[in-house]
Amino acid sequence: MLALTIYLSFAGALVLALFPRAWHRAARVFALAVALSGLTIAVAGFVEAGTQGTVSVADVAWIPAMGIHYTLAADGISRVLVLLTGLAAVAGILFSWNIGDKDGDRANEFFAFFLALIGGVYGVFLSVDLFLLFVFYEIAIVPKYFLIAIWGSTRREYGAMKLALYSFAGSAMVLIGLLAAYAAAGSHTMNLHELAQYPFPVSFQMWAFPLVFTGFAILAGMWPFHTWAPTGHVAAPTAASMLLAGVVMKLGAYGCLRVAMTLFPHGLDPWGFSFLGIGSWRTVFALFAAIGIVYGAAVALVQNDFKFVIGYSSVSHMGLVLLGLLTLTQIGLDGAVLQMFSHGILAGLLFATVGRIVYERTHTRDLGALSKLQLGKAMPFAAWLFVIAGMASMGLPGFSGFVAEVQVLIGAWQAFPWFAIVAGIGIVVGVAYTWRAMQGAFFSDASAVTADAAAAPVPEYEPVTWAEKAGVLLLAATSLLIGLYPRLLLDVISPAVQALPHALLTGGRP
Amino acid sequence: MNAMNYGDLFTITLPETILEVVSLLILIVDLGWLRKSAQSVRMATANVLGVLGSALAIVWLLAHPQAPSFGGDALVATPIVAAAQIGILILTALVLLLSVKAEFSRNPGEFAAIVLLGTTGMMLVAAARDLLVIFVALELLSLSLYVLTAFAKGSAFSAEAALKYYLFGGMSAAFMLFGFSYLYGLTGTTSLTGIAAALAAQNVSPLLVVALVLVAAGLGFKIAAAPFHLWAPDTYQSAPAPVAALIASGSKVASFAVLIALTGGLIASPNYLQGSTWVVLLVWMAAGSILLGNLAALVQTSVRRLLAYSAIAHAGYMLLGIAAHTPQSGAAVLYYALTYALTTVGAFGVIAVVERDAGSDRLDSFAGLSKRNPLLAATMLLFLLSLAGIPPLVGFWAKFNLFAAVLRAPGVGRWGFAMVAIALAASAVSLYYYLQVLKRVYVSKPTQTAPMQISLLELVALVAIAIAVVLLGIFPTALIGWIPLG
Repeated sequence: MLALTIYLSFAGALVLALFPRAWHRAARVFALAVALSGLTIAVAGFVEAGTQGTVSVADVAWIPAMGIHYTLAADGISRVLVLLTGLAAVAGILFSWNIGDKDGDRANEFFAFFLALIGGVYGVFLSVDLFLLFVFYEIAIVPKYFLIAIWGSTRREYGAMKLALYSFAGSAMVLIGLLAAYAAAGSHTMNLHELAQYPFPVSFQMWAFPLVFTGFAILAGMWPFHTWAPTGHVAAPTAASMLLAGVVMKLGAYGCLRVAMTLFPHGLDPWGFSFLGIGSWRTVFALFAAIGIVYGAAVALVQNDFKFVIGYSSVSHMGLVLLGLLTLTQIGLDGAVLQMFSHGILAGLLFATVGRIVYERTHTRDLGALSKLQLGKAMPFAAWLFVIAGMASMGLPGFSGFVAEVQVLIGAWQAFPWFAIVAGIGIVVGVAYTWRAMQGAFFSDASAVTADAAAAPVPEYEPVTWAEKAGVLLLAATSLLIGLYPRLLLDVISPAVQALPHALLTGGRP
Repeated sequence: MNAMNYGDLFTITLPETILEVVSLLILIVDLGWLRKSAQSVRMATANVLGVLGSALAIVWLLAHPQAPSFGGDALVATPIVAAAQIGILILTALVLLLSVKAEFSRNPGEFAAIVLLGTTGMMLVAAARDLLVIFVALELLSLSLYVLTAFAKGSAFSAEAALKYYLFGGMSAAFMLFGFSYLYGLTGTTSLTGIAAALAAQNVSPLLVVALVLVAAGLGFKIAAAPFHLWAPDTYQSAPAPVAALIASGSKVASFAVLIALTGGLIASPNYLQGSTWVVLLVWMAAGSILLGNLAALVQTSVRRLLAYSAIAHAGYMLLGIAAHTPQSGAAVLYYALTYALTTVGAFGVIAVVERDAGSDRLDSFAGLSKRNPLLAATMLLFLLSLAGIPPLVGFWAKFNLFAAVLRAPGVGRWGFAMVAIALAASAVSLYYYLQVLKRVYVSKPTQTAPMQISLLELVALVAIAIAVVLLGIFPTALIGWIPLG
């Protein structure tokens, strides 16, 4: 049944591409209907499968001569991420409801690219055959380019091209590794589980692992390959930022776990020598992740563009995901997967607040300019929303971010105590940049600096629409629900993590 | 050579004969009855007749893919040769269909007739397994293309391109013939199977190395591989669009078919030491073509030149498959060449329409195409993404299949992985220049707002190619009856 999410999205994209231009309002209604059906199926699949292990979805011979099958299946990790994709898709369309108000918006094309991207993302999370996974992974690249280049804002063509080239370079690295593994294992199969059974020589894994891991981690925004993320997020239209941070970066992290670590677990082993205390690829990437957490947070602290703050915070939060994966402990991996879900929801909420609710009305994202607008009074809804989303994002207990971050930190403490401390510092800086942005954008009238401005009349903005409220409700409620009752997801994630190859759960001990 | 069996000769060359007869028929109809008719009627009649002739040849080949070979394997007719020939005929038919509206020539009969003659050459090249027949067929093909390149008599650029093409081509043909003469001298035979047997029995001689370098130069010219690519950008840019499409498609397929056969003749067994010189030559040409083609394409402002450099890069990818010299990699190269050619014909079809409207093939002429003609823009999107190797389009599958075949070939231990890695990295770069075109098509504001006119026939042909590009990508096994996979 879950396979329908893929087909529905692609079919919806095709229908929308053929929609007459004049039907711009109908286009968004249709797109919402498609996304809602996708979400319904994702929820139904999630509920139906419960806590059982891998659910087979489809298995058809595709290119039998080369051992390539159309194999879809969903374990707990996949089901959680499919659910996230469904939520992000619906929320993205709700927050793009202003596209289609006018005839010249090219609404049908926008939603066609949007749904094509969503279809590719669903496909990646459900694929078991690596050829298929790669096909879906690349399908997700091209629509991003057009979504940003056509409907974006600040330096959109630059941001879009940078993002497309980074993604494509990463996927080329992945393809090299996959082809090498496929050829080395005798070219009989591309099935992930069958390939993972093949005893690749350790020397082979030692170069294939970093290649494929880096290829995927580029899309996950791993430092120092993260630079596409802030420029891409800032240039993108709101819905595309939400998808980029919400699901596309998860594709990268998911690929790191599902492909790189599962296929080449010995790539994580120690090299046998160490340089400056670094003795394995695992430490190298954990170091990158830890640097990313602090660096992203520190850079977010000094940004003046509101969207750059959120963009760099995504780099920081995705660093936590990668660090969690590399702990190789049950709790760290649980936390990493939960953090993917949580960050997907919260980044969506933050980008929606900044990009749609604030920017579309004030037409500025500069914190200095925003501070003169008394948004705390003019847009109480946006202000309180940002308070909630910011709190959740900085890891306030009661929201999903807290559960995830605590688990990652515990896992990291067991595996790399020093990196856990660094990550902890990053989280503290996270509190600082969230407060700074919050005060700058919404509550600056409380400070003495803008006392003159406080005397000025409060500007009027168009009221918050039903679509925005619905999107906010969907995302905030999800985060709260998971924060209050994390077992809803953890009961599904944990068995799936346990079922991963044993080498990934040893905490790095041979 | 065995005694000639003219019955065999007739059966095996019947498709070529059909094309020759049709090309004469076109001349008779065009010059005999239609002299007073309007230019457009003459062009349409000649091209439609040419398409019908190709269709007839395709029908014959479909019914008789296999025939006894002629003259001790001088010409062979096996299913895989038939697949290449059918591909060439389809490409020719598409080129003719897309030039029904063309206005570059006042001699439509001659144009269609020479296209068919060139196609005859391509088909013979694909079937030939004897040095002399290969050379004669290549010359038939090349001479036709020289003439066709100069066919826009009103354009000085067309003449210039033809002259460049001709001078380079003549020189490379001389190199190749010289190389062939050494091969003959070393082995005492012109048949590829005979050469394979004779070379297996001797040591590597310096003379053989010279011969191989000369042959590589000659064939490298035909496929526009570096460093023999210099003619390609000018010719692609200045030849009439249908002719450029033909040079980029059918001629490529034929040249790669003969390269596959020749490599089979030079390297009798996969581990055979004497093959190494030839393999080294091919790998160096491949590396040069991949890097030069992809890097030079980045800075082009003319879409045709861009496609020329991208063609050089694609030739590099395919050379890797030839250098791997297994039956699977040969089949993968053929699959790649055919699907690449199909996509390129489509892209040139779009360029021709845009040129007719804007008068130039510069990137800016494509600005806002998606607003002016959404369907045309969508086909261009599919063609270019397929060339960039984005799934689920056929270009991705062809690349995957080709590189997988290279990696699993037994003799590629040293260079195989490194070259595939370079090729994939370079194809990541290639996305940049394809997106440069697509950015104009989808993102830039149009300079004119009037819808771009396109005839129904052209649109149908382009949409059909686009559908084929998508369906072949989703169902790669569709061609498995003709070209084996795996």
